[in-house]
Amino acid sequence: MMRRVVITGAGTINALGADVPQTLDAMKEGRCGIGRLDIRDVDRLAIQIGGQVKGYDEQAHFNRQQIALYDRFTQFTLLAARQAMAQSGLTFTGALADRSGVILGTSGGGLNTQDENYRAVYEEGKNRVHPFIVPKLMNNAAVSQVSMEWNLRGPSFTVATACASSNHAMGQAFNMVRCGMATVMVTGGSESMLCFGGIKAWEGLRVMSKDACRPFSATRNGMVQGEGAGVFVFEDYEHAKARGADILCEVAGFAMSSDASDIVMPSKQGAARAIAGALKDAKLAPDMVGYINAHGTGTAANDKTECAAVADVFGAHADQLMISSTKSMHGHLIGGTGAVELLACIMALRDGVIAPTIGYEEPDPECALDVVPNIARDASVDVVLSNAFAFGGLNAVIALRKI
Amino acid sequence: MSTQDKIIAILAQQAILEPSDLALDNSLDDLGIDSMALVESIFAIEEAFDITVPFNANAPHEAAFDISSVASIIAAVDKLIAEQH
Repeated sequence: MMRRVVITGAGTINALGADVPQTLDAMKEGRCGIGRLDIRDVDRLAIQIGGQVKGYDEQAHFNRQQIALYDRFTQFTLLAARQAMAQSGLTFTGALADRSGVILGTSGGGLNTQDENYRAVYEEGKNRVHPFIVPKLMNNAAVSQVSMEWNLRGPSFTVATACASSNHAMGQAFNMVRCGMATVMVTGGSESMLCFGGIKAWEGLRVMSKDACRPFSATRNGMVQGEGAGVFVFEDYEHAKARGADILCEVAGFAMSSDASDIVMPSKQGAARAIAGALKDAKLAPDMVGYINAHGTGTAANDKTECAAVADVFGAHADQLMISSTKSMHGHLIGGTGAVELLACIMALRDGVIAPTIGYEEPDPECALDVVPNIARDASVDVVLSNAFAFGGLNAVIALRKI
Repeated sequence: MSTQDKIIAILAQQAILEPSDLALDNSLDDLGIDSMALVESIFAIEEAFDITVPFNANAPHEAAFDISSVASIIAAVDKLIAEQH
């Protein structure tokens, strides 16, 4: 028997805010969290902007022993997970603990830790590093720390599919609860790549903007990186209902596809197969979809390919639905991006507010959809999608439904 | 090796051709240089001449750096060398 899956907790920290209410307020206001990067050696970077979590003091949240083990991406994960767990009201003991796990996405894992320690041994000539560098930098560190903090003893692992990592992670969590393998899954993703090496590598691709992320605008000139985490509690609907939990929405369907064509250029067919697949999986007709949170990176290639894929799947309904990219506000969180963007989807379903695509200046005939330019919009929607299309041609689309 | 010869060697390597197969009026399309090969070519040019090339893959034809032909690339690199050295 297939179980229904609902979301009963959400948490985040990102450039727009240190929790969900702050983030949603920023999205409603169309506020931009992208600004000048405050990182070491920024003057040697050609790209000096990002969606950075500013004013962050790790010592306000974690003690010295924890900081020795928690990279910034793990810290963000734990802070977001704390909020999600508190909202869900769940505690994990006995059989429930054994049947609940953690699946999170990240692309770079502990990249700051790697960057700092390569610098120490190569640039500064040190011959010794801290004993916990490996458990701090490993991509599964965040998953493991969450599992330990909340006693989640079921299926747990990390998913790394570049920009689609979080959506792939949440898709796995969804299917595990749906098929009865788990009762509760903590899921989402985290990224913290805003360090000298992290930005320098991206610069090389020549796809980054030096001034702003303007998805779908004819004047767009590239992506802008962000950082942060989004964490959710996915729960068996019957379990949530029985304990009287506050249900945020239902996870209705999920699909993934591989372009199998190019390591960086996106494919319309691959994206369209994932979008159509998510609808089919959710048993939803295309005309039920009111809003799509776009992958919308602000690159020339992604935005026109994504719009073409949406037009292909939805036909005439493509002109009726709204599609926006919140990356214009929080930047591209790479492996954590789908998780933070799911918040905009939940806001659409629960609050009836569609987050805007800010920085929009000029229509592009190749992106001729309702991209909710610059100003949030009140609208009642029952079904929403969240797109993620990764480098390497790996696509993952989630469908959410009002409950 | 002259600027021209160095640039032709870089483009020829990306196009998997002999340098002698390249003509100054060839476009990158003529040479089969796609977007990834172009980004690699720009990188190789920056390394070879110790210059910074203003180039954004989102708007390859709008940048200050004219990539419409082999000759235009050579002229643009000469200009950047004069400006940056």
